[in-house]
This record gives sequence, C-alpha cells and structure tokens, in this order.
Amino acid sequence: MKIAVCVSHVPDTATKVIIGSDGKSIDPSGVTYVVNPYDEFAIEEALKTKEQLGGEVVVISLGTDANKESIRKALAMGADSGVLLKDENQRDSFGVAKALAEEIKNQGAEIVFFGKQSVDYDNSITGQLTAELLGYNCVTVVVDLKIDGNKVIAEREIEGGREVVETSLPVVITAQKGLNEPRYASLKGIMAAKRKTIEEKEAAPAENYVEILRMKKPAPKQPGKILGSDASAVPELIRLLREEAKVI
Amino acid sequence: MKILHSEEIQLLRNLAKEFADKEIRPLAVQIDREENIPEKLIKKLGEVGLLGTAFPEKYGGGGFGEVGFCVAQEEVTKACGSTAALIGAHQSIGANAIYIGGSEELKMKYLPLLTSGEKIAAFALTEAEAGSDAFNLQTKAEYKNGKWILNGEKIWITNGAIADVFSVFARTDKGITGFVVERNFPGVNIGPDEKKLGIRGSRTNAVYFDNVEIPEENMIGENGRGFITAMKTLDSGRIGIGACSVGGAKEILQLSVNYATQRKQFGKPISSFQAIQFMLAEMSTKIYAMESMLYRVAEKYDEGKDISEEAAMVKLFCSEGVSEVADKALQIHGGMGFSRELPIERFYRDARILRIFEGTSEIQKLIISRKTLKNKGVWKY
Ligand SMILES: Cc1cc2nc3c(=O)[nH]c(=O)nc-3n(C[C@H](O)[C@H](O)[C@H](O)COP(=O)(O)OP(=O)(O)OC[C@H]3O[C@@H](n4cnc5c(N)ncnc54)[C@H](O)[C@@H]3O)c2cc1C
Repeated sequence: MKIAVCVSHVPDTATKVIIGSDGKSIDPSGVTYVVNPYDEFAIEEALKTKEQLGGEVVVISLGTDANKESIRKALAMGADSGVLLKDENQRDSFGVAKALAEEIKNQGAEIVFFGKQSVDYDNSITGQLTAELLGYNCVTVVVDLKIDGNKVIAEREIEGGREVVETSLPVVITAQKGLNEPRYASLKGIMAAKRKTIEEKEAAPAENYVEILRMKKPAPKQPGKILGSDASAVPELIRLLREEAKVI
Repeated sequence: MKILHSEEIQLLRNLAKEFADKEIRPLAVQIDREENIPEKLIKKLGEVGLLGTAFPEKYGGGGFGEVGFCVAQEEVTKACGSTAALIGAHQSIGANAIYIGGSEELKMKYLPLLTSGEKIAAFALTEAEAGSDAFNLQTKAEYKNGKWILNGEKIWITNGAIADVFSVFARTDKGITGFVVERNFPGVNIGPDEKKLGIRGSRTNAVYFDNVEIPEENMIGENGRGFITAMKTLDSGRIGIGACSVGGAKEILQLSVNYATQRKQFGKPISSFQAIQFMLAEMSTKIYAMESMLYRVAEKYDEGKDISEEAAMVKLFCSEGVSEVADKALQIHGGMGFSRELPIERFYRDARILRIFEGTSEIQKLIISRKTLKNKGVWKY
C-alpha cells in the first residue's frame, strides 16, 4: 500500500511576519520556516497507518529547495521517500492541488494525508481540491481514523460536536489537531533520513484562478485596561464587555 | 563552521529545541526546587537519542560527533542546566571514558546500553585529596585470582545517585588505571545528595568502594594508562561545558532583550537607555566569541586533532563568559532578576559550576600557559 502525505513549508507561527516591498507577499528574510503544524498530524497518521497496514510513506511538497528541510523532517520521523515538486512561483490552492494530484497519481498512492489547513494562507482547501482532481473520497478535519480493508471510518470535528462517517479507499484525509500525538524525529531518524532520497521534479503546470492583490497587517492590539482589583470593578467590566467589546 | 550549518546538524538542533521546549522547559522549575530530574524525562531523553548524540551509530549513538553533541547541549541548557549536567556527565565523560580508552569488546558491552539510556553512566575521578590535583588519587585496585579488588572513596560524582555504570580511576601496581564498575557489584555504596548552589536537579554524591570485585575485562584500556584516558576524556568534556555555557548565555540574552523592551521606567522602555543597550551589546559580542571558538575547536576535535589546550581555552573563556552574561542579565532585570519568579536567578546559579568542575578556571590556565610557554609564544593554531 502506498501512502502519500503532503506537507507545506510555512513561516513559524512565532516569527514576526513582514510584508514584502511588493505589498502582496511575505518578506522571507529573517523568517524561520517549519513543517505546517497540521501536517505534523498528517505525517504521524501516515506513519501509524503504515505501521498498521504495511507499505510505504512518500512525502510530497511543492515549492523551492527550502522545502527540503520540511521533507527531511518527515523522513527523519520515519517516512520512506520524498518528492519535491519545484516551482519558484506563487500558486493558488488549485495550482498546488493540480501538481500534487498529478504526483499522487504517479505514485499510485491510495491513502493520502493532508493537514486540515496550512497556517500561512489558511485557505483550508488544498486537500479537498486534490481529492476532487483525483476522483478520491475525501474526509476533512479528522480527529479519529480507522482503516479496515477497503473501509474507512473517520470521526470529524464539526461545530459543537463530532460526526462519524464511513467511506472507502482511495481516500484523502485532512488532519485536525487531536488526531494523534506526533512523534519526535529521533537522532537515529535524522541520520537515516540522510540516506533516503528526495526526488526533485518540475511541478505540473497549472493556471492560477486567484490573484493576491494586497496584504495588510491587522490593526495593532489595543493595550489592556485595569478597572480595579476587587468586586467593585465588576459592573464597569460588564458594561465595557457589553458596550465596547460587544462580546456578551 | 561548515559542519555547524550543515543540514543534518540543523535538523538535530531543531529536534533538540523541540524536545527541550516541550519536555524539559516545563519541568525546569520543578527540577530545581525538588532537586531531582524525573526518571520519565531521563527515559524520554534516551528514546529520542539525546543520551548518545556524539557516538558512532554502531554503538547505538546518533553519529553526530562533538559538534552535534554541543548543538544538542546548547538547546538542553537553554531549558535546564541540571538536565544538561546529567547528560554531560553521562555521555561526555562517563560513557566517553569507555569510548576513548576501552577495548572494542568493552565498548560493545556497555556503550549500546548507555547510548539508549537503558543504563546511566558517571565519571569518578575526584577524591578528597585529589581535586585539582587529580593525579594524587588514592583509590586502589589490586589484582587477585583473575579479578581486580577495588577500595576507596570518590566524591562530587555527578549522577552518583542514579548511575548504573561508573568509569572509575584507581591506582594499580602500574599507575592510574580506569575500570568500569557497575552499581550493583557488591561493595559499591552511594552517599547522600550534596546540597548545592546550582544545577540542583543534577544529583551529586560520594561513591564508596569496599572490596569491590571487578572482572578483568572491565579494565578500561591498558593497566597504567588510565590517567591519559581520563585527561583525553576531559578534553571532550570541556568542549561540552563550552556548549552549556553558550546555550545558557543565548537563553539569558533572549530573556534580557524581552525584559528590557517591555519594562518601562522614566516613561520609556529601559532598552532605550544606552547603559542597558551597551550591556546587551557586550553580551552579544561575548556570546559570538564563545560560540565561534566552541565550534572551531569542536570541529577540530571531530577531525581527530589534538586540542587539549584549545579545549582548556574553550572551557575557560566560555564558562567565565556565561557568568559575565548572567551577571549583566540579572542587572538588566533589576529586582525581578533577583526573584525566583523569573528564571534569571536559576541561570545565574547554574552557570557558576561551569567554572569549577572538569577543572577549575585556574587549572585551565595552567594547561594553556604550559603550552604557550612550550611553544615559546609562537602562534600554532
Ligand atoms: C557539582 C559538582 C559536580 C562534580 N562532578 C564531578 C564528577 O562527575 N566527577 C568527578 O570526578 N569530579 C566531579 N566534581 C569535582 C570537580 O571536578 C572538582 O571539584 C574540581 O576539579 C576542583 O577540585 P576541588 O573541589 O578539590 O578544589 P581544589 O582543588 O581544592 O581547589 C580550590 C581552589 O584552589 C585553586 N587551585 C588548586 N590548585 C591550584 C594550582 N595549582 N594553581 C592555582 N590554583 C589552584 C582552584 O582553582 C580553586 O580555586 C564535581 C564537583 C562539583 C562541585
């Protein structure tokens, strides 16, 4: 069984993002990049699935040479091989999905894992688009997964609760926090990853349907207010929460 | 510095940082207050590979050499100095004495157990009358009926209370010799925990040997060659102490910058005062120099070069450096630096030992000056 896991290489959520001089991209200097946090759950689930069903895990990432760092991390965690789909240009989610679907077809993978969203552009759609392009079933925001033969039972997070769905292979699963506890890449894993190959190829071409016009910083956070330190401050607190913050 | 910035060392740093952030830092205060490192954490360190970073893979190690060990120690020290001391004594001197001086059989017998963390090691050289003057050690080993019989007392042994395996140095008919002594050999006893200023979570104990029988195969290298093994082991250990110094210093620089930009006095952040800015500048510059010499020497060590006096320079400069950095950091924090609410005072206390163990600063100067004089002042580096 071939299992694919798609990872994106995103700015660490702890870094301060600066908008580039063109006004519509992130200035990469001084930004540290990491494996997209939701993709870590996807990698872990791919590895667990392999441990359960056998087969091999291929990591696929679209982007530049810099993405190899994230691919290596997945290899160090235990994935078997990696593919870097090279493209220096910015793509929209459809463009990314197109290239990934092409490669997944190439690999003949029948179980495909994604993070539920990438924390850079937060479109939460690449997994679904890829499934559609491949004609695979798709379950999103998954917090529990069982694969038994051809049968797939997944629990997904929905507003205020959980939904249990059943589908069949081939399938695309997008991972939500809580699906598992991602393992550490061990030191031995890092050395083993050095000996695994990362295949590099040109990403399949695709049209962009979405163009980024402008990026804006959110308004700076207002400083906090201290209303008092005992119960006498409560009425004023309630008034402000109601009238100013409009949260109650 | 090429190796330091290689892809696998970067991955190692990321892993060590991630592990330290998630598993060690949240326990650092508890470790300091309760003067103990939870067994569960030690087990996890073994699982992830941080108890065998430097050693070749055939002994179950990570295969990352001294450079990799230093990078990992930096990241661990940023979270907790006590945990770094445990790892240092276990790996960089305890197990390392076996690796540097032992036969292939001895290495295969012990190193895989130590690199995996199944067993913990300690390094036992110091005695009551043999501190700086380690050569004056009095512990005796006598050969009788195919076994060595060990008698004596070691003091100040890091990991004493938790170690399963001790690399012990004793006097034989032929001079100083190293032996691997297991905790459960009859006649091995451990003293109570020393109460310390810093690295409180790291357990320090006296170890007593009362007619302990040691199998012949547990001799580390040749009879009479133990002092050389001990000194070579300390070369590597001292580089590791440089790494703890660099890691600790980087962490307190970060904490100081955070604090200085947030704390306001006279209506502005204290980071806008030149006096504070200059302290930060001195801290950064000091760390840059420490880090540069650390990895220059660590890379040379991995190339198999003789770096004894350079390791002494690293130990001297970096351990003194982190104390200076910690002192400035505490000053920048004002009263809060003195409070146990913030980690600064812990780093200040934990840094202090680095100038004492594995040879005091004065002893490092003896080693360095001896070489400087021998070279007649000609620069040989
Ligand atoms: C927390 C802790 C952990 C330790 N862990 C270990 C361990 O795991 N294994 C181990 O074997 N040992 C360990 N030690 C022992 C440590 O290495 C010694 O304490 C250290 O080498 C100094 O020896 P001493 O304490 O006897 O000091 P002394 O040798 O008595 O030195 C006292 C002072 O005199 C100075 N001095 C001594 N000789 C000279 C000289 N010739 N010229 C100038 N100045 C001199 C010293 O620099 C120092 O300032 C540990 C010690 C501590 C405190």
